[in-house]
Amino acid sequence: MSLLLKLLAQRIALGLLLLFLVSILIFAGTIILPGDVAQQILGQSATPEALANLRRDLGLNDPPLQRYFSWLGGLLQGDLGTSLTSGKDIAESISKRLGNTLFLAFWAAIISVPLAILLGLIAVRYRERWPDKLISAVTLASISVPEFLIAYVAIFFVSVRLRWAPSVTTINDSMSLGEKLHTISLPIAVLTLVVLAHMMRMTRAAILNVMQSAYIETAELKGLRMFTIIWKHAFPNSIAPVVNVVMLNLAYLVVGVVVIEVVFTYPGMGQFLVDHVSKRDIPVVQACGLIFAAVYIGLNMVADIVSIVANPRLRHPK
Amino acid sequence: MSDKLLKVRDLKIGATVYPPSEKPHDIEIVHGVSFEVEKGKVLGLIGESGAGKSTIGLASMAYGRGGVKITGGEVWVNGRDILKTSNSDVRALRGGEVTYVSQSAAASFNPAKKIMDQVTEAAILQGKFSRKDAERRAIELFRKLGLPDPENIGNRYPHQVSGGQLQRCMTALALCPEPDLVVFDEPTTALDVTTQIDVLMAIKEAIRATGVAALYITHDLAVVAQVSDDILVLKMGDMVEYGPVDQIINAPQEDYTKALVSVRSIEHEEKAPTPEPVLKVQNVTARYKGTNFDVLKNINVELHPGQTLAVVGESGSGKSTLARVITGLLPQNNGSVHFAGRDLSKDLAGRKKEDLRELQMIYQMADVAMNPRQTVGTIIGRPLELYFGLRGAEKRKRIIELLDEIEMGESFIDRYPAELSGGQKQRVCIARALAAKPKLIICDEVTSALDPLVADGILKLLLDLQKIEDVAYLFITHDLATVKAIADSIAVMYQGEVVRYGGKTDVLSPPFDDYTDLLLSSVPEMKLGWLEDVISNRKMESAGN
Repeated sequence: MSLLLKLLAQRIALGLLLLFLVSILIFAGTIILPGDVAQQILGQSATPEALANLRRDLGLNDPPLQRYFSWLGGLLQGDLGTSLTSGKDIAESISKRLGNTLFLAFWAAIISVPLAILLGLIAVRYRERWPDKLISAVTLASISVPEFLIAYVAIFFVSVRLRWAPSVTTINDSMSLGEKLHTISLPIAVLTLVVLAHMMRMTRAAILNVMQSAYIETAELKGLRMFTIIWKHAFPNSIAPVVNVVMLNLAYLVVGVVVIEVVFTYPGMGQFLVDHVSKRDIPVVQACGLIFAAVYIGLNMVADIVSIVANPRLRHPK
Repeated sequence: MSDKLLKVRDLKIGATVYPPSEKPHDIEIVHGVSFEVEKGKVLGLIGESGAGKSTIGLASMAYGRGGVKITGGEVWVNGRDILKTSNSDVRALRGGEVTYVSQSAAASFNPAKKIMDQVTEAAILQGKFSRKDAERRAIELFRKLGLPDPENIGNRYPHQVSGGQLQRCMTALALCPEPDLVVFDEPTTALDVTTQIDVLMAIKEAIRATGVAALYITHDLAVVAQVSDDILVLKMGDMVEYGPVDQIINAPQEDYTKALVSVRSIEHEEKAPTPEPVLKVQNVTARYKGTNFDVLKNINVELHPGQTLAVVGESGSGKSTLARVITGLLPQNNGSVHFAGRDLSKDLAGRKKEDLRELQMIYQMADVAMNPRQTVGTIIGRPLELYFGLRGAEKRKRIIELLDEIEMGESFIDRYPAELSGGQKQRVCIARALAAKPKLIICDEVTSALDPLVADGILKLLLDLQKIEDVAYLFITHDLATVKAIADSIAVMYQGEVVRYGGKTDVLSPPFDDYTDLLLSSVPEMKLGWLEDVISNRKMESAGN
């Protein structure tokens, strides 16, 4: 057990170290970005004196190292700073957006992950026969078409022609869960199509790899049904690679859905980030970047931890 | 047809082959084999690799591995032809009426599931027993098979028990659903010799106690003689001889069977030590980096020019580690290695080209010791270029000489390793080692992966070459029959120490220490009733338990 705990502790420490390094990268990256916040706020006609005053007030003249550590110190206390353009507390405005993003990602994941794994299992069961080929063809086609195109096609047929679901998916707190889900059903469906293929194909490949093992032959010679063999004997041994791909896709659902948010005008983090990049609102960009990085690192850490724990040799040492 | 449990009539089996430069096509690998097994009897299927014995064993469960297809004949189990029944009927047969024990239990157990769940799975799913009854029966079988702590061993995972124990668990897995027939496919081949006889005895007892019938597949006639009632000898998919075990062992009719029975009959006179040994290992102690225990403890051995020192022991005894120290792959922590009158540097980087040339190695797996993209000529020619600077016609002449020495000849010079048989590959490796004109060749289990008759040929060749080239061999093996055949002196290793060392006659003559006694008595003999004699006369438990 101690070896397991040691490995887990190492992995978590590594994740935290990574997050720290990423914070340096994000800070450095936003500093070397072209453009000037003061200019952006005051407009083209501002006098040089006014610009200089605003820069001083915003603390833009301090040395970068000092700015980094005061930013980091604030982060550690949960203070993301204030927005340069709106003057609001960033943590407050982000939390609502982040909640929306996680809400959409959660429901897309709830549908797509089990579906992808089930399709992967079916593809293995009917390997090289028509169900396998059909699943592969459909999922590959859906990942190959750009997501905004799928989104617009879906809007045209489902919202405009059939009028089953709205195309504008703005949600608010006064809606019940059912109303919210109905509102975001189209983005969920499109996101599912986008992430399905990757996870399905990894499930299929990982299980097929395990299917070569001698213990699968043992199971066959026990007279088990093919699906029982795949589910009970092959799948538990292919969890590690599958979880890795699932986590990568979950991360994508959180940090990579800006196009979908724009198409469906969904009030998520992606749109928020893009808005503030164009306004040169650096503290907001930094906060968003750091949150995205934390999600990415966190989910990958979970994948690694699951892989470690899934290994019976580590879970049950001699 | 119902009086016999298993009745196989004119069974033909085909497979799709994918030769390197041809189109894939079907070939027949079993050509019309017939035999039968009565209730409670054991039939031994014996033959070398490629004889089709595993394929035939699996055919009795209507199963073909990979691209293997049953193309003709009948397989009757309990009065019905299983090649003509439905899928669901075949599933009921597998794991119910007929079960299977594979060669490598370590690979055949699912690493992610507890042993108990795997042992009882078939019995429960086939509806033969409730979970509770199946578990009770499994514990009973664990006890019968001599497993330690039978009540709890089922709660462990496969990696938590030893290889010998896992092989017994596999036998329990096969016996749990109360089958009528068990197919044992080389169940003891992968085990150490001392562990093998315990498992063999456990299997024999279990067969006797449960009254189950069995197909026992092996390449080792001495092993099969201990457990079988009848024996079927196979060669390249053909039946050679089929009869009661007594007749096959004591009065074989066919030449091939006679060859199998008389295998391991090489005689070799022990040579006297010379004044100046070619290799002198003094007080060597070694451990692997990052570990805190000595794999080799104070080893002292000598080897004389033109002689053979056999290093014997079970897996984990440190015999291959000794070879790594001598070749410089693992620098020793203490002690020294003298070779050809000089001290060898501890690590490989400090050794001179002459040291490397005079000390050659041959490995167990000839397959992976050669570059598959190089021809035999290139492989043997490489040391000729490297050490002697030979080029062109001169090099070719020497390659052909070497090919003649290994009894293969010039026609092989442009072949690739994939086109050679297992024995031929090992011969090429021997020629490559000889090309350097070494004083010492370290042979690491060089015959272990080969069929007995082929192995015999390799040993004879090594002995002949020793006479011609006056080369010394450090011969690492777990097989005492090989040792008897070729050694001049013997070092018996056990847990990193040399427990017995001396001339062959001395080491193999009583009085023995307990470990050497165990090792010697565990070598299967071609004699009925040998197994029971050994078990009743043992002084020491084998390490694999």
